Amino acid sequence: MIQRKTIHHRAKRHIGKFMVYGLLIAGSVLFISPLLWMLSTALKPIEQTMSMPPQWIPRQAQVTIDDQVHDVSKVQVIDEQTCKVFLKDSPGQTVVVDRQQVTKKIAPQWQNFSQAVDSMQQFPRYLTNTLILCILTVIGTVSSSALAAYGFSRIEWFGRDKVFLLVLATMMIPFPVVMVPLYSLFKSLGWIGTLKPLWVGSFCAGAFNVFLLRQFFIGIPTQISESARLDGASEFRIFWQIILPLAKPALVVVALFQFMGTWNDFLGPLIYLTDQEDFTLALGLQFFQSQSGGTQWHYLMAASLLVVLPIIFVFFCSQKSFIEGISMTGVKG
Amino acid sequence: MTRSERKNLLMGLAFISPWIVGLLALTLYPVLLSLYYSFCDYDVLSPPVWIGTLNYTDMVTDNVFWLSLWNTVVYTAFAVPLGLMLSLLIAVLLNQPIMGRSIFRTIFFLPSMVPLVAVAMIWLWIFNGKFGLLNEILSMIGIDGPNWLTDPKWTKPAIVITSLWQTGGTVVIYLAALQDVPRHLYEAAEVDGAKPWHRLWHITIPMISPVIYFNMIMGLIGSLQVFVGSYVMLGGGGPDRSALFYAVYLYENAFKYLKMGYASAMAWLLFLLIVLLTWIATRLTCKHIHYGN
Repeated sequence: MIQRKTIHHRAKRHIGKFMVYGLLIAGSVLFISPLLWMLSTALKPIEQTMSMPPQWIPRQAQVTIDDQVHDVSKVQVIDEQTCKVFLKDSPGQTVVVDRQQVTKKIAPQWQNFSQAVDSMQQFPRYLTNTLILCILTVIGTVSSSALAAYGFSRIEWFGRDKVFLLVLATMMIPFPVVMVPLYSLFKSLGWIGTLKPLWVGSFCAGAFNVFLLRQFFIGIPTQISESARLDGASEFRIFWQIILPLAKPALVVVALFQFMGTWNDFLGPLIYLTDQEDFTLALGLQFFQSQSGGTQWHYLMAASLLVVLPIIFVFFCSQKSFIEGISMTGVKG
Repeated sequence: MTRSERKNLLMGLAFISPWIVGLLALTLYPVLLSLYYSFCDYDVLSPPVWIGTLNYTDMVTDNVFWLSLWNTVVYTAFAVPLGLMLSLLIAVLLNQPIMGRSIFRTIFFLPSMVPLVAVAMIWLWIFNGKFGLLNEILSMIGIDGPNWLTDPKWTKPAIVITSLWQTGGTVVIYLAALQDVPRHLYEAAEVDGAKPWHRLWHITIPMISPVIYFNMIMGLIGSLQVFVGSYVMLGGGGPDRSALFYAVYLYENAFKYLKMGYASAMAWLLFLLIVLLTWIATRLTCKHIHYGN
């Protein structure tokens, strides 16, 4: 009796495990396939993007005529033996060939990337603008939020915690509320059509980052500061030489979040930037899509991939800090 | 106030001065100004003209305003609960003793890192009515997929799907909370013969309820301001303006029609809506939230 019960129990465990893996694998396939489909499309020749049913492996149809290999853009079947092919190297020209002469070769079209960059026109400018903004906003956010968070956690002053509630309250304000007045403010300063509105504000310590860093600073024992004060260290020196080095993991998280936020921002650049050469990658990608319409999907996916890849690269270089940072926002929030 | 207290106060204010500047120039000043603009006729080019509550009364009779509000509420009503459930399901699965957890976690998290504009591009292609991957896969299992982005009935579900794909951040937050649930609670429940479903319902969910609440509020605030997907994928509204969301209509009023006063009034209403919904959500759930310690 007892034996049967444990066997039953074990079998149940196995079924449970099987279900967990089954669901996880199915879910993973669903989550990863849009990214793989982007990659696959980005590497296809244009005619293959419109093939039905969709194919995952980029292939190029080719025909061999007189020992010379030609890329084929379209194949029309005439009968069981022959077909008409459209040659890529001489547009408009068709040749009737034996169907066996046509082969399909695995051929990732790497040149799609350079051609996508070319047809986006200002890609190098987009990239430069985005990087400038990322660097400036990361410097601005990390330095100003660290200062403010220090003021809210490591110094006792009258009314501090009440003022901190105000920090939290400002997080509730949705961007559209400040959007119009900020636009008219920046307009009166002559900043519309420049990058300034997109980075100057980052030097004013955003509430979320102050909150995140304060949580971390509070965890550092107060004795450390007190003994330094007894030794006559100034407050700024304690901040700079003792607290900041200890808070490095949290600073990295804030820097990463800001980098991502700036790289991804769409509404800000959409509102403040007017000339194409000032666009960021996110805005430039949307501009490219609205210009080229819904035909050149291989270029659009290649361009999208170029916008996504740096983020994925940064993520893989700093996965641990990232995951810790995101966990921190929820658990301590 | 003693001398050292005064010194501390000055020092504290000095450290938080970047935040004070931001609060005054980039928050308080614009917030108050936008309240003023909401009672004005204002097109940025000429000075604002006071028109009383006209912007607010105009909203009542503006059908497009109500449509955009309705679209946003429908979107939120599906995207937020579905997102919360899907990410909790994934987090619970990832929290099992399994091999390759970090690989699975990375796969589920990766889409949430993709910039929103690129997300829009990818799904624009996947939802494509003619060559789209999604309908091709659906047809393989015998379903004749709809024209996601040209059929007014399907634009909102399409945008909900893209938002669900980006749920990885929420998964990570849940996962961290799940790992803090004391193991002995599960062990005790197992001894008592509790089924996995019961353990989820009676231990896991109560123990992580503060985090569920946090994710819900964040989801609510984000969903009510949803912009990029609709703006990029559907050119700001889609067929029959079926996916014209509140933030998109607000943006159009401000920067397309230069009705900045009207846009400010809409923004204030959005603000009040967020506060109201957060309050309602808090009232409805506070009894069920279990704060440990």
